[in-house]
Amino acid sequence: MEATVSQIADIVRPFKGQVGATIPVLQAIQTTLGYLPPESFDVIERECGIPAARAYGVATFYAQFRTTPVGKHLIKVCDGTACHVKGSETIVTALRDHLGLEGEADTTDDMLFTVEEVACLGCCSLAPVLMVGSVTYGNLNVEKTREILDEYRRKEG
Amino acid sequence: MEKTTILVGYASCGIAAGAKAVRDLLEQKVAETGAAAEVKQTGCLGICFDEPIVEIHDQQGRWVYRKVNERKAERIFADHVQGGQPIEGFLFHELCDHSTREPKERMFDHQERIALANSGVIDPENIDDYLAVDGYQALENALKRSTPDDVLKIVMDSGLRGRGGAGFPTGMKWSFCKKSKGDLKYIVCNADEGDPGAFMDRNLLEGDPHAVLEGMMLAAYVIGCSQGYVYARAEYPLAIHRLNIAIGQARERGYLGRNILGTGFSFDIKVKEGAGAFVCGEETALFASIEGERGMPRIRPPFPAEAGLWGKPTNNNNVETYANIPWIVRHGADAYRAFGTEKSTGTKVFSLAGKIERGGLVEVPMGIPLRQVIFDIGGGIPRKQEFKAVQLGGPSGGCVPASLLDTPVDYESINATGAIMGSGGMVVMDQNTCMVEVARYFLSFTQKESCGKCTFCRLGTLRMLEVLERITRGEGREGDLEELEGLASQIKGASLCGLGQTAPNPVLTTLKYFRHEYEAHIKDRKCPAGQCKELITFHITADDCTGCTACAKACPADCITGSKGVVHDIVLDDCIKCGSCREVCPTGAVYTR
Repeated sequence: MEATVSQIADIVRPFKGQVGATIPVLQAIQTTLGYLPPESFDVIERECGIPAARAYGVATFYAQFRTTPVGKHLIKVCDGTACHVKGSETIVTALRDHLGLEGEADTTDDMLFTVEEVACLGCCSLAPVLMVGSVTYGNLNVEKTREILDEYRRKEG
Repeated sequence: MEKTTILVGYASCGIAAGAKAVRDLLEQKVAETGAAAEVKQTGCLGICFDEPIVEIHDQQGRWVYRKVNERKAERIFADHVQGGQPIEGFLFHELCDHSTREPKERMFDHQERIALANSGVIDPENIDDYLAVDGYQALENALKRSTPDDVLKIVMDSGLRGRGGAGFPTGMKWSFCKKSKGDLKYIVCNADEGDPGAFMDRNLLEGDPHAVLEGMMLAAYVIGCSQGYVYARAEYPLAIHRLNIAIGQARERGYLGRNILGTGFSFDIKVKEGAGAFVCGEETALFASIEGERGMPRIRPPFPAEAGLWGKPTNNNNVETYANIPWIVRHGADAYRAFGTEKSTGTKVFSLAGKIERGGLVEVPMGIPLRQVIFDIGGGIPRKQEFKAVQLGGPSGGCVPASLLDTPVDYESINATGAIMGSGGMVVMDQNTCMVEVARYFLSFTQKESCGKCTFCRLGTLRMLEVLERITRGEGREGDLEELEGLASQIKGASLCGLGQTAPNPVLTTLKYFRHEYEAHIKDRKCPAGQCKELITFHITADDCTGCTACAKACPADCITGSKGVVHDIVLDDCIKCGSCREVCPTGAVYTR
């Protein structure tokens, strides 16, 4: 874990002394590591002087932050109003089914995929929509959803 | 010979529809052939349903191609760009200068473009494009030739009201902040477009970021501010990217920073990325979030005009409001008032989505009937289904039924239906959408997004959600509807901010207009729309099934038997009732009971 601690320290150090930096600090860690490791909060307190409890409070308030590791490909499935009306629930079911995710699990065992439901990606005219990393896919149906996943799996070998 | 311009619609919607491959191909073709053409990117024209869009501007004029893929792009390049022969069959005729065919649709007849004027026209990443369409002229004129009071008077007289939803007069808001005492004041732009189903602000920021910045600068000049913030949703990476480019370019050209255009006026803008919290659309929560805290609303008064961000006088408007300002200052208050109604002046941008033929962005004069927006512009409901309701104003709004389709879109008339104008999201629903389920969806959203500060919002929405979940499961009880109404009025009365005060609206409006649907769930244990899973089973009519296998392929549970040419059947024990089969069946053979 020492590697992570020094890595986090390097990430957060530039924010020292900045006003209102709590969210940017957390975003910086998550951008690099994909999530907020539990050590983050103590490091933030030590390096930036932001109390760990406050940073944790902020991290757990906003939907963007996660405290568990994320798979290589983060899949954001939109459940905005338009997507919901056009059957995003079916897309989520197909996605989780195809990835073999059961119960509360959101990440595949091989750490390749994480599935997250988000409020709205703002591509409502192409509903239902999902994003893999920074690529958006629209006008989905079950078949297309499976094909997208298979494509990523093929690329991974 | 003059150069041909090839414009590729390159906003999030276009990119999601495949614009990148098209753009790459066209750029490669131009490079390979040395054709006298230039490929440029632009924002979204609003016809998202036909993305990717490619426009050719040649000596003959403007040609707009719809639904372009790589194969079509290759032909457009060969036949049109190189051969000078437009391909009629691929065109979006209404926007073409010389096409010989009668347009299939007349979408733009009813529209007036002020906020969206440049979106889909200019390259949003190039300040010269913005300057070429009179960009920053309003600012330059104001700084050099008008006093802040002159500009304020124009905004006041224009009658512009806040486009974020509440509709507070913008000029009045500015005047409050202007009057506030203090040497340090802030300008904030709320770009935390949180309503699910709304994407006006994303498109404005992706298509014309400089207009938003110029609007903020004019506000800063009127009020006397030196620092501005744009609080943008983290879910909009492209909007943030283009905003940052625009800020950089504006600084370079002297429109932002110290001593702007040599006039002694100084103002700068920073972008703050949100982190995903709907409540941050509420201005005091938004300020807390910029300050780095949990986004929890504070009690008003003091109002932001007196004590906002970091306790300083702050003026906060939404993206679309600012985007209107440069046009208003350039053309004058009367020109703006020429559109719209007496109390709701000007135009409003709406995003059309859901069960609608032509989903996208439209900008219409205030006061035109909902019917015109949904049917004449939006093309009505796809696949000959029946219109049931349109949801306005997101989780704070409500569902307007078919009987009120002639309601004019202005603040007062929409409020009278029980919905709200909101930021402009219009999600259309057809007869297969269950209104109880829609109410449950919104309550589950507001319940999750409640910041937890006020008990009635935190727990009241949860109690309401539990009742709604019970009803959609077919376990509704006598008295449930009265309980929902009671909770709704308590939550509205005892919540501090807009989130709680409006959270019950989706339930109240569906109860008002679709009470019979609630009653069918409770008394008859039936979902008339055929959507609530616990209350329906899916079947295939043997008479109509052609054995095309489309349903079997679409079924995520693999529970449809039958092969090509053979009537299919659904194994009910394995069916997860997702409705995918009904969605894809070309003959309408799938039904629920």
